[in-house]
Amino acid sequence: MGKDNNKENKYSIIIPTYNERLNIALIIYLIFKHLKDVDFEVIVVDDGSPDGTQDVVKQLQQVYGEDRILLRARPRKLGLGTAYFHGLKHASGEFVIIMDADLSHHPKYLPSFIRKQKETGANIVTGTRYVRNGGIHGWNLMRKLTSRGANVLAQTLLWPGVSDLTGSFRLYERSVLEDVINSCVSKGYVFQMEMIVRASRKGYHIEEVPITFVDRVYGSSKLGGSEIVEYLKGLLYLLFTT
Amino acid sequence: MKHVLKIMALLVAISAFWIGLLETSVVPRSYTWLLPIYLIVSLGCYGLLMVGSGLMLFPTCPQEAVLLQKDIAEAKEFLKNKGIDVGSN
Repeated sequence: MGKDNNKENKYSIIIPTYNERLNIALIIYLIFKHLKDVDFEVIVVDDGSPDGTQDVVKQLQQVYGEDRILLRARPRKLGLGTAYFHGLKHASGEFVIIMDADLSHHPKYLPSFIRKQKETGANIVTGTRYVRNGGIHGWNLMRKLTSRGANVLAQTLLWPGVSDLTGSFRLYERSVLEDVINSCVSKGYVFQMEMIVRASRKGYHIEEVPITFVDRVYGSSKLGGSEIVEYLKGLLYLLFTT
Repeated sequence: MKHVLKIMALLVAISAFWIGLLETSVVPRSYTWLLPIYLIVSLGCYGLLMVGSGLMLFPTCPQEAVLLQKDIAEAKEFLKNKGIDVGSN
């Protein structure tokens, strides 16, 4: 797909939120700080947060402009996949970036995603935490072990062609995202895996950039037995349907 | 082609090779019978090795947590000046 390299591309950043009234303000500040000379918009898909996230977004719109920050809320928690789909409907950029609102994905990496895409012409650029210049902070040994075991299993079964399957810090060419998202049915982080595996199977050009991931300081995601079962079920589903 | 078919094709190829070895007795029969077990054990060991080495070399970034706290402080400062409510969650 030939993009005119002289024309400036616009990037739509979709951020699903639920109860992130503080983090959304912080992350929007950091996005604007690190993307100074880039044409972009931020699309906040809030699922009816009771903590006033939407009020904070409206205040941010006064500071940064309603054309730069779009609030496209939904009445209640409706899931991650549909949040991206919803955000995509309102996106006007040629490229779409998805990231989390809780500051585990740092906006300082956004320029490297954009640069990588321009250099390689990739359809998708995905952030990987499992390489030398990347990394994760805030996981104990058990968590690391589970992560590593899960990754080895996924690599052996799926041959996905990317090192970080469950990561959700990614840049997609807009048409590619539309294509892939329409063929995915999973929920949660298995959805992220399904997206990248299906994209890989469809032959899209995928590149990786290292990112660092600082897990939530408060209420860090626990990995219990049910998550592990979900993961294994997800792997088997992907093994047989992709 | 679906991915699982690729894996099945690989297994079929390996099985054909193994049966070929059994039939032609290039390698003594007693060894050949045990080959699948050797293969599975080797795969298991390889898997453990990958997990273990990955665990030892797991990339961490403690300095990033510090940098993040700095960024948060800077952001809060700016936002407060703009009148945005940055009370805690």
